[in-house]
This record gives sequence, structure tokens and C-alpha cells, in this order.
Amino acid sequence: MGIRITGTGLHPFGRFEGTTPTDMGVHAVRAALAEAGNPEFQAAFCATAYGGVASGHKVLGALALTGVPIVDVEAGCASGGAALQLAAGAIRAGQYDCALVFGIEKMPKGIIRSSFFEPWREEAGLAATPAYFALRAQRLLREAGLTKEHLAEVVVKNRRNGVHNPNAMFRKEVTVDEVLASRVVCEPLHLWMLCSPNEGAAALVLQRGEGGVQLASARLRSHLPGSVLGEATPLSGIDDRDITPPSTLAARDAYAEAGIGPDDLDVVECQDTDAARELLAYQELDLCAPGDQAKLLAQPTVVVNPSGGLLSKGEPLGASAVAQVVELVHQLRGEAGPRQVDNARVGLAHTVGRGANAACVIVTR
Amino acid sequence: MTPRAIADGMFETTTDGSIALIGGYSPTSAKYHFPLLDTCPYSGATDVQRVLLSRDATLWAWTAVTAAPPGYTGPVPYGFGVVELVREQLRIITRLREADPTRLEFGQPMTLVADELPDGEVPHGVLTWAFA
Repeated sequence: MGIRITGTGLHPFGRFEGTTPTDMGVHAVRAALAEAGNPEFQAAFCATAYGGVASGHKVLGALALTGVPIVDVEAGCASGGAALQLAAGAIRAGQYDCALVFGIEKMPKGIIRSSFFEPWREEAGLAATPAYFALRAQRLLREAGLTKEHLAEVVVKNRRNGVHNPNAMFRKEVTVDEVLASRVVCEPLHLWMLCSPNEGAAALVLQRGEGGVQLASARLRSHLPGSVLGEATPLSGIDDRDITPPSTLAARDAYAEAGIGPDDLDVVECQDTDAARELLAYQELDLCAPGDQAKLLAQPTVVVNPSGGLLSKGEPLGASAVAQVVELVHQLRGEAGPRQVDNARVGLAHTVGRGANAACVIVTR
Repeated sequence: MTPRAIADGMFETTTDGSIALIGGYSPTSAKYHFPLLDTCPYSGATDVQRVLLSRDATLWAWTAVTAAPPGYTGPVPYGFGVVELVREQLRIITRLREADPTRLEFGQPMTLVADELPDGEVPHGVLTWAFA
């Protein structure tokens, strides 16, 4: 049974003093419902990590659209993918004809403070999120034969794409030299190689049926036990070479459900929390063999992060995955303007973060 | 005043003032873990035995944290990384004594050391561990 994506809505990503997450959610939900022709939806799923109690209710309450089941969904950076999986599953099961999925977030500034870490780990300096990214980046550089220049090239590529995205936070091109001249946060990662936590909202309307842009699959997976450097960041672990990462688990589930493979993709929106994270995603999503990142970066066989990625947009956790899918829908409809990917027919959205949780969503037309 | 331990059950202080990390070992999964848990984090087995982990390790990944993360009041920059215990083949996230990443290299030998952090206004009020 097919699922059509009939409505998209977005509140720009950035910093908006005085605007509440509810305000942003109202903006995105109203736009998505209007685009879909204001269908009657039977359920709503709201992705948010920092929103607090009944975040989704507050948005739909402000629109006088309550009464349906409203479920808030939290799965770290993959919260939006989790919400899409729940909505898609319910529609495929015949429970609903139409479901609303939205994500809202207003993040604190600076390094993300997460209740994920125990207070003593913060006190010991072992809860420095960018430092974990840096260790993972260092390992990728070593094992894939990459350099800091490759990391800078990812930033240059995504920031160039972001210039054409009116909803992105950063819309200025940067050069490799400028990226490498930005201050070192945690070696090998410089400031401009890291995305900014910020604010925003996104919404999608899903309806049972064929035609137009289809939600082919939405799959969430968590980490397998053992890996010391995954997003789960345990204090100890073993050699994780044989442990399949959650992003790969989610991607392979999503490819199987959609009946496609990585070679069929025209466009990918992936988790570029930091520049190395995007390069790691290339192999985790089977876009290239491990170690072939430099080749894919130099001669892309698929367009990655045409929206500008998180490096341009910033990352409001709950809204992030939903906004990725909004971008893919616009790409598949041919409505992406100056950042349009030629003849885009198959797209994949990938998010991964705390839990660890990873989600992959595939859309087709 | 004796510094307080950063958390209960992470390490033991021996009579000569050195410390040893307290880990777990599950015979069922034949794997070590740290810190000590009731359940083996790899297999779910509940036959975990309390063990003192070895102090010798090799360096596997490292960086320096240049700005204090939330909840941290110690000095910056500070070294941060992953070491692999030689005997247990267990990788541990840890503070590193060396805060200059250019002075470290992959695979170099490291040893467990006691490390002190401020406790509010008390400069060396908290005892924790690091590798040097």
C-alpha cells in the first residue's frame, strides 16, 4: 500500500529571539496542511528532543486541531525519522488514511547539554560532545586515508549548496583556507566543520495512496552493543570493526523496504553534524566502499546535501529529519529552484545521534 | 583534605597512592567492560565478576578539548581520548594528561594515573583518572 507525501511545511532554521517552538510548529504545520488541501488527519506525531511535555499538543492546540491522537516522539537526532516510521506504519496497517508528522526544536546555544550524560561525566570532562566527534573523525581520517583538507571540502560543498537555500542559517560560501583558518574546537575539527544547534520546525502530511512523491520507507534502528565510538558513547567498548553501525542497519532496512539499492539514489540528505560525519555516512549508507570517500567527494555519483546540510542549516534536533524529507520532496517534485538536482526520482534522508539512534527515510516518484 | 572520588565504584586507591580502575568480566561473553555493571553490556549475561583492570594501555584516539563543556570546571585545554588496555583489549574513554595533540601518536604506550580536578572553590577537591 502506497503512502503519498501531499504536504510540506518549513519554518526557517536559525535563531529567532522571542519565537517559541510552538510558534514555529504552527507555521510549519499550517503550511503543510494548506499545501495538502487541508485534509482531515486522524493522527499526529511530533518529533522533539528538548520541547518538553506535550509539545505536539501545544502546536495543534494553537491551531484548534486537537482531538486526534497526538504522540511526541524522541529519538535524539533521528526523532523525525522515528515519527515518520510510526506514522507510515500506522497508515500501512490501515489504522489511518492521513497522518501529520512534524518536528519542532529550540536548542540552547553552544555545546549541547544532554541529560544523556550523568553529572559526574560532565564534571570529569567526559561529556564534551564535539570531542567524541573529533575522535571519530581522527579514526576515519586514519583508516580511510583522508586529510583535514577533505573535511574542509565537505564544508565548502555544503555551504555552497546552502547559499541557495532560503531556509538555511548560513548562506555564505566559504573556502578551504577559511575553514582551516577557523579555530580548532577539538583537533582535527575546526569550528566551521561543526554544525550549529539551533531552532526550526518542519511538517509533512502523509496520505494513503499512489502517485506523486511516495514515502517508500522510513526505518529507525538503534546501536548494537559494543562500539566504543558510536553515538552511544559508552565509557568502554571493544573493537567495533565487526559491529554494524546503526546507520547501516537503518539504511539496509530502508533499502529493503523500498525495494531499491544505494545505486538507485539520485539525492541524499545525510547527517553532517561535523564534516567527518558526512564522510562516514558515505560508507555507512553503502554509497561507497569503506575508504573510497575521497573518490566519491571528488566525483560524486549521487548529490549529497543539496539543501546545504546541517553545516548550512544548523540542527534543530526534532525538526532535522522532517526538514530533510521536505527538501527531498521539493527535489523530487522539481521545485528546488537553483539547487535542483536534475531529474531526481529517488532520495534518501539519514539522521543519526544520541541513543544511539539512526533513521533512514526513502522517497520516490 | 582527601579529595572525593569523581564517582563511586570507578576506581580503587591503593596504599601507595596509585589507582586501579574497577571493571567487570563476564565468563559467558569472555569480555571485559568498564565501569562495572551488573549485566555484561555486550551479551546481557549476568555472571559479571568484579575485576581490577590493568594499568598499561596503548593510545588509540586522542584530541584536546579547548573550551570547557557544560558542567566542567577543570582546566582547558585538556587531553581526551581512547586507550586500549593491553591485557584486556578493552578500549576506554579517558582524560589524557597530554593536552597537546601534536605530541601524541597512535599506538604509543600509556599508563593509568590519578588526576585531580577542582571541586567548586577547592582546587584539587576531586579525584579522577587519566592516562599519561
